[in-house]
Amino acid sequence: MNRQAQAVVLVLFGGAILKASLTDVYLRYVKEGLQPFLIAAGVLLLAAAVMTLVHDLRGTAGGQDHGHGHGHGHHEPRVGWLLILPAAGLLLIAPPALGSYAAGQSGSVLASTQIESEFSPLPPGDPVPLSLMDYASRAVFDAGKSLEGRTVRLTGFVTPGPDGRPMLARMVLACCAADGRPIKVGLTGGANVDAPVDTWVQVVGTYSSRMDKDPVNGAEVPYLEVKTWEKTTAPRRPYE
Amino acid sequence: MNPLETRARPEPAATAEPAGGRRPGSVEALALLLILLVVFRNPLADLVSDPRLQTWTTVFVSVLVQAVPFLVFGVVLSAVIAVFVPRSFWAKALPRHPAAAVPAASLAGVVLPGCECGAVPIAGSLIRRGVTPAAALAFLLAAPAINPIVLTATAVAFPGNPEMVLARAVASLVVAIAMGWLWLRLGKTDWIRLPRRSDLDESSKSRAFWAACRHDVMHAGGFLVVGAAAAATINVVVPEAWLQTLAENPVLSVLALAVLAVLLSICSEADAFVAASLSQFSLTSRLVFLVVGPMVDLKLISMQAGMFGRRFAVRFAPATFVTAVLVGTLVAVVIW
Repeated sequence: MNRQAQAVVLVLFGGAILKASLTDVYLRYVKEGLQPFLIAAGVLLLAAAVMTLVHDLRGTAGGQDHGHGHGHGHHEPRVGWLLILPAAGLLLIAPPALGSYAAGQSGSVLASTQIESEFSPLPPGDPVPLSLMDYASRAVFDAGKSLEGRTVRLTGFVTPGPDGRPMLARMVLACCAADGRPIKVGLTGGANVDAPVDTWVQVVGTYSSRMDKDPVNGAEVPYLEVKTWEKTTAPRRPYE
Repeated sequence: MNPLETRARPEPAATAEPAGGRRPGSVEALALLLILLVVFRNPLADLVSDPRLQTWTTVFVSVLVQAVPFLVFGVVLSAVIAVFVPRSFWAKALPRHPAAAVPAASLAGVVLPGCECGAVPIAGSLIRRGVTPAAALAFLLAAPAINPIVLTATAVAFPGNPEMVLARAVASLVVAIAMGWLWLRLGKTDWIRLPRRSDLDESSKSRAFWAACRHDVMHAGGFLVVGAAAAATINVVVPEAWLQTLAENPVLSVLALAVLAVLLSICSEADAFVAASLSQFSLTSRLVFLVVGPMVDLKLISMQAGMFGRRFAVRFAPATFVTAVLVGTLVAVVIW
């Protein structure tokens, strides 16, 4: 691969990173906090490409021996061609955020979260919007005490449970999608959530004392007594 | 993505004609490849609508997106070391005796707030600038594991076990120093084959700096792609439920998580959260997971083979793996 081709690959790769980080696409893959670093990295990659082209053009225009002197023994990394793959992946395909397939692969992440000795009372609101993680920790570690008598609203995607009935899930990221682990909440009660797998839904309901174990890692999976539900669009930040 | 890979592989230089030092071959090949990609964009998108392939693509892309800032940061720092820091600086900064330089270099890893992708080009630069390989390798192992960001993440992930942070720092430091000393004793310099870099001999500093940046991004980045693809495959193919059966046996659980750390290739800043979620495993096996992960994993092996040569990687990675498992287990026995 000669220097100009390398410069083009750098432009593509840096451009793909910049484009993803300036739109919300990057939120499908990493945490929001990485954005400034992604932008800086994209700019540096583009700068490296521009400087490569500038030096290459000057080099061939200025001294003829430049090209010859370095031409043959020069070690130019062939493996760099592979950088086209992530660039194409980001620019042409831009794969969606992790969904029910990944949620079924790993166990509910609840076991790992911070166990607060005392849960603060729920914020006001009827129904009160809660994250799946918040609901599940209150339900499991506080036996639902802080949820008594309240109606909550949870947002997540539909994923099949071990018994085939739909569950609500959301992926939790520490860093990037490679470490994404699901948080799962079972759905029970009168309203049957019969949306297809991977549909984003908003579920309104109350605390249910029913509890199951995630077959993947044995973590507790709490349930929600569903009153109503509706389809919704995927949130800007797909991960919790 | 397979058709992509095979199309990206062929070596264009073979068909190129060296006209005045310029090789139009690879630019043309690249243009053709890009046109093909754009033309076949829809079939490609259909191909990845299968949930497995889709998850693979998402994980593959996200490993790279996550690694890019660290890679670029590491590459820029390594270019600064290669171009602007004089050789005499390292002679002054590190203890003269190699055996003393190893722990000093390991402790210096504390100041590099990044993950393992950035450490590989930096270690390469250090060796190039005359730092004894044993010290540079100790730095390579220690930097991703004991820096403040990683230790903070570990503390956050294990709120109930604050001793995990200390255990991780101590075990990682011991492994890094042990491997450095082991290299002094058994290592052979000709195992490390750093590629010849005529671009670093450029007369102008700015020219040499940007040439080094370009070269390292293309080189380390390419191997990062290989590693990310492998990690994504493992992520999709191996269901976590398999691990459940191994968790009950104390010896098997340690080995299982050590191997998993190698295969998953998670960034060292995130691995603590994954370890925390593997709650069915003993604390000992999870500590081993945290010690092995930043030092040996698929993307690191791939990047090390690219940076230092294959002869190096096939010896260094297994030796580090065994040392990390032993030291991790030993520290765990002492603490718990």
